[in-house]
Amino acid sequence: MTEHDEGDFGRRGFLKCMAWAGTGALWTVSGGLASSISLESALAGPVRPKGFTFLQLSDSHVGFAKPANPDARATYREAIAKVVAMPVKPDFIIHTGDISQLSRDQEFDDADQIVKEASLQVFHVPGEHDMLDDGAGKAYLDRYGQGSLGAGWYSFDHKGVHFVALVNVVNLKAGGMGNLGQGQLAWLRNDLAGRQASTPIVVFAHIPLWTVYADWGWGTDDAAQALSYLKPFGSVTVLNGHIHQITQKVEGNIAFHTARSTAFPQPVGGTAPSPGPLKVPAEQLHSMLGITTATFVPGKAPIALVDATLVV
Amino acid sequence: MPRLHLPALILTFGLGAAALAGAGAVLTTAAHAAPDGPTVGPTVGIDNFTFSPPTITVAAGQTVTWVNRDDIPHTVVATDKAFKSHVMDTDEKFSFTFTRPGEYAYFCSLHPHMVGKVVVKGG
Repeated sequence: MTEHDEGDFGRRGFLKCMAWAGTGALWTVSGGLASSISLESALAGPVRPKGFTFLQLSDSHVGFAKPANPDARATYREAIAKVVAMPVKPDFIIHTGDISQLSRDQEFDDADQIVKEASLQVFHVPGEHDMLDDGAGKAYLDRYGQGSLGAGWYSFDHKGVHFVALVNVVNLKAGGMGNLGQGQLAWLRNDLAGRQASTPIVVFAHIPLWTVYADWGWGTDDAAQALSYLKPFGSVTVLNGHIHQITQKVEGNIAFHTARSTAFPQPVGGTAPSPGPLKVPAEQLHSMLGITTATFVPGKAPIALVDATLVV
Repeated sequence: MPRLHLPALILTFGLGAAALAGAGAVLTTAAHAAPDGPTVGPTVGIDNFTFSPPTITVAAGQTVTWVNRDDIPHTVVATDKAFKSHVMDTDEKFSFTFTRPGEYAYFCSLHPHMVGKVVVKGG
């Protein structure tokens, strides 16, 4: 596996990263900022990184069966098959929400059954589609919320990296976007307090934590407060889903990234009458769905992210 | 805006047009349709993540029906919690009868940038 030797995420690296947007992007964490490596070199192996890799899956929408994708279970299975085939086994998976289409038990059951094929631990955050049961999220929390607080937020450490799972899909306000809420923000502040600024941080949540497109609600109203707690840290990677397409932004030491869905694409903000599922010719669908691999290399530069499509 | 008579409402909002064709003149109790019967009050469509019309004016006692025509589920939730729908998947409906005059702002709790308003006029 190769990686950029620059310690920062400069314009060159950023443009390179953008150039992959059509084919897949990978981030590498090394001490600070994200840098990129090509999917081909990432998959070529066999050099095993000294650190670790983890995977991001998002927006599997198990149960979705509409013209934009008649069988979201099938494409989720294809995504997991791609995970199983990876030459470097990831340490775990994070799923950035919208596991299900309608929070039905059968959908969660099927999703669990499918992801189980990867034989990896999965860390979840809910999407708004996962909190639709009559218990307003009880089904999700009963299944995935062990050890979490509030609507399902938590943090954990893995090989020197601090991971923070945030929930920004509940108690949404009329006219607003995603929402973290004061309780969760207070918890976050406390969770980060006392940690060394050199600790790499990975934050994941469903709705983007920066405003991608306000008219469609693609942002989080109180994200600025959360980000202010993250500013002291040298390396922060924010991984989101929700918008079913890759977008990236770097602001100071914070690298933002949204992943593709495994179910259906959505239009670029403002390019369609609504953010609803984008219907593309069947032969194009797999090129618009995908998974993201993140690679962390201790003491080196950024987390590297590679977005791979489901094209075989 | 002149106050609408019920038959005019039915024609304006055209819900179940085929079933109601020719029946508008005799439907004088439109707001009291049986729960399982045809929807005969004014309708708000949900298309492209938008409530249409975004503001609807009804008389006290009338029932408003929302119908989701998107490929994505939506909800209808009053900002003051006066009413709250179940999650409506594609083609599913939610109805609420407004008995008290006033303005009822509402939104989709899944996509809160979707907002609308029901204005209920007194008798």
